[in-house]
Amino acid sequence: MNSKTRGMGGGKGGDVIVETVARLMVPFIQLFGLYVIIHGAGGPGGGFQGGVIIASSFVLYVVAFGIVKAGNRFSEAKNIALFSTGVYLYAGVGLLCIICGLAFSAEFLNYGYIPLTHHFEENRALGMDLVEVGIGITVMAVITSIFFNLVWKREGEEVEGED
Amino acid sequence: MIWHLDLTLLFLIVIIAIAAITVRDLLSAIMLLCAYSFLMAVVWVEMHSVDVAFTEAAVGAGATTAFLIAALSRTKRWEKK
Repeated sequence: MNSKTRGMGGGKGGDVIVETVARLMVPFIQLFGLYVIIHGAGGPGGGFQGGVIIASSFVLYVVAFGIVKAGNRFSEAKNIALFSTGVYLYAGVGLLCIICGLAFSAEFLNYGYIPLTHHFEENRALGMDLVEVGIGITVMAVITSIFFNLVWKREGEEVEGED
Repeated sequence: MIWHLDLTLLFLIVIIAIAAITVRDLLSAIMLLCAYSFLMAVVWVEMHSVDVAFTEAAVGAGATTAFLIAALSRTKRWEKK
């Protein structure tokens, strides 16, 4: 990363104020994202919105510290592992519902048949939360991956018309 | 629903949308689209559809603006005549 690239694509971040505010804000944004994911079943929000909020905390991290540091911390391989984990969690809960509900009526994503607790309704709530967590992980990883790929200026690549 | 507020917000949204497609500066166009999304989220809340408003505010005003600014940083800021 040479000194010609600057801003979000450059290796260096901004000034002290931006870095300090980002350092303070990023954990709280992520905490809010987790809150939105967990409370998605009963109120406004859900896996998708929470995932987008957590991904926007990574956007703030890139704005403050530069793409190189963020890319080293949150590499492409980790991204791919995370978004396939989310999809597998979603599909796995659905298949678990089919397997556990074979004796009754084998339905995909009918959470009540997962034997987590003794109550059908509680099983349903817990299964819904698991699916929301899977959606949240996938959305977070995909949006972070898209943003990193848009921002990242690779070595030797010609930056056209930066004015 | 308060129809005065709805009418004002929708009028503002139309003005912002027209401004976003006519402005020369692409960074201004991105910021106008951000304002458009945010006002749209307010309209959704006004229509008692909080879930859609949440999505609109998170994706439209947050993620899309960041994507567009990141894409703009790879190209020229001013539109050609």
